[in-house]
Amino acid sequence: MSVAVTVKNLTKSFGRYPALGGVSLQVEAGELVALLGPSGSGKTTLLRAVAGLEQIDGGQVFFGDIDANQLTLRERRIGFVFQHYALFRHMPVMDNIAFGLRARPRKTRPSAQAIRDKVSELLSLVQLDGLEARYPSQLSGGQRQRVALARALAIEPRVLLLDEPFGALDAKVRKDLRKWLRDLHQRTGHTTLFVTHDQDEAFELADRIAILNLGKIEQIGTAAEIVRSPKTSFVEDFVQDIDLKRAPPARDKPAARLSLI
Amino acid sequence: MSDAVLPAIERPRAQPMGESGLVKGLLIGTALLFLTAFLFLPLITVFLEGFRKGADVFFDSFSDPDTMAAVKLTLLVAAIAVPFNALVGIAASWAIAKFNFAGKNLLLTLIDLPFSISPVISGLVYVLLFSAHGWLGPWLIANDIEIIFAVPGIVLATVFVTFPFVARELIPLMQSQGTSEEEAALTLGASGFHTFLRVTLPNIKWALLYGVLLCNARAMGEFGAVSVVSGHIRGLTNTMPLHIEILYNEYNFVAAFAVATLLAGLALLTLVAKSFLEWRYAGELAASHRH
Repeated sequence: MSVAVTVKNLTKSFGRYPALGGVSLQVEAGELVALLGPSGSGKTTLLRAVAGLEQIDGGQVFFGDIDANQLTLRERRIGFVFQHYALFRHMPVMDNIAFGLRARPRKTRPSAQAIRDKVSELLSLVQLDGLEARYPSQLSGGQRQRVALARALAIEPRVLLLDEPFGALDAKVRKDLRKWLRDLHQRTGHTTLFVTHDQDEAFELADRIAILNLGKIEQIGTAAEIVRSPKTSFVEDFVQDIDLKRAPPARDKPAARLSLI
Repeated sequence: MSDAVLPAIERPRAQPMGESGLVKGLLIGTALLFLTAFLFLPLITVFLEGFRKGADVFFDSFSDPDTMAAVKLTLLVAAIAVPFNALVGIAASWAIAKFNFAGKNLLLTLIDLPFSISPVISGLVYVLLFSAHGWLGPWLIANDIEIIFAVPGIVLATVFVTFPFVARELIPLMQSQGTSEEEAALTLGASGFHTFLRVTLPNIKWALLYGVLLCNARAMGEFGAVSVVSGHIRGLTNTMPLHIEILYNEYNFVAAFAVATLLAGLALLTLVAKSFLEWRYAGELAASHRH
């Protein structure tokens, strides 16, 4: 199930270029948090470091109270959606989504029938019923995005991490998917971190927003907090065009969420 | 504009990007002439010469035990060199395309080395290393190991000369495919081996096949490097290309061309196999290039 994510003083540099300079972040269980910043601000590096795809130089990541540094990539159980989806191009949708379940060691692997059921359950969750046999190249951008999401959800992730989830889509699809992702999060309740450079996207979707610049978090808070009282001049500059009415209403803790898992 | 407005004028449609008919004809004609003169005619000559004194003489050539030994040795060398180079080629391409490390460019240059130096030099290097008067010669003699003028030397020389084929085919493809599918597989909990087997290998299988086919063609046809290390011992260390030369030098033209047809036939078979696979899996091939 969903767990809280705690990032403590994370540092990472590429050669002599510091990508993350001591980032700390606390994400509650079931929360939807946006990492917002201009390109080169370290937001994707932070996301990849949480996932375990990037070797970190210093600091710690906790899932609940488990130190993630002790976990292998498999044990982390991260649902990661890549910017360009990284679907397995030679596999149909069915095999893409089932990949994580089939990759399990024999002892914990579900039966073939259970895997098929799970895949069709996920396909209807992402509203792609009946597309099991299609190849990724036969899908539209929005459909690929949702397959990538279903594939990530299949392994019952502790945390869902999305790298520029709508970056490669056109404006109309982007808007629809935004709302859809919001609903999906409402129903499934995964702790979710997503990276974006689009202010509207962050403010419309997220419970809280972390604004990054030059490898540091400038401010973290709800949309209202950030717009009403920006802490630094960078934040003030970055969010000056935001229309607060579009931000999601403050929500209660997830009470009666449909349990997918 | 409709035809009703301009009924009388019937011009040939202008092709802004096209060539005139004459230029087109000239280009195609030149290409055809060149292909015929330099590729088809020599190939046909090989077959014609082989059959000049009739089919009986042609097939008799293969009953010679030395010829059969040459055929067997060629197949044996290819059977060792090709799988070896496929494995090492995959490993090298994987390392170069998917990881960053110091000395990567040096490794890339080394992979190209066998292409850039003459095969004769490649052979000579092994002679300098392993022959009786070479660096390792005394130790090899003391331990009763034969490399030069024996099968191991021929295999070594062939492996060296044919190494780049698989790696050169795979590296650009793997680099363009990037690492995100592998990363996705790993985050989904797959082991490294499972990831390689289910994600990486299917994505490179066509390039790998081409690389292996080219590698095989060269492994069976290699002359220079093998000639230096083989010692030309009939029935023992003669591969098909070497055997053809010997037969030809002995004015045994029919036999020489008969063995040559076999070698050419193996190459043609390779091409046919490649074309067949391309045709059979055309859809899958297209799918793996799109996306």
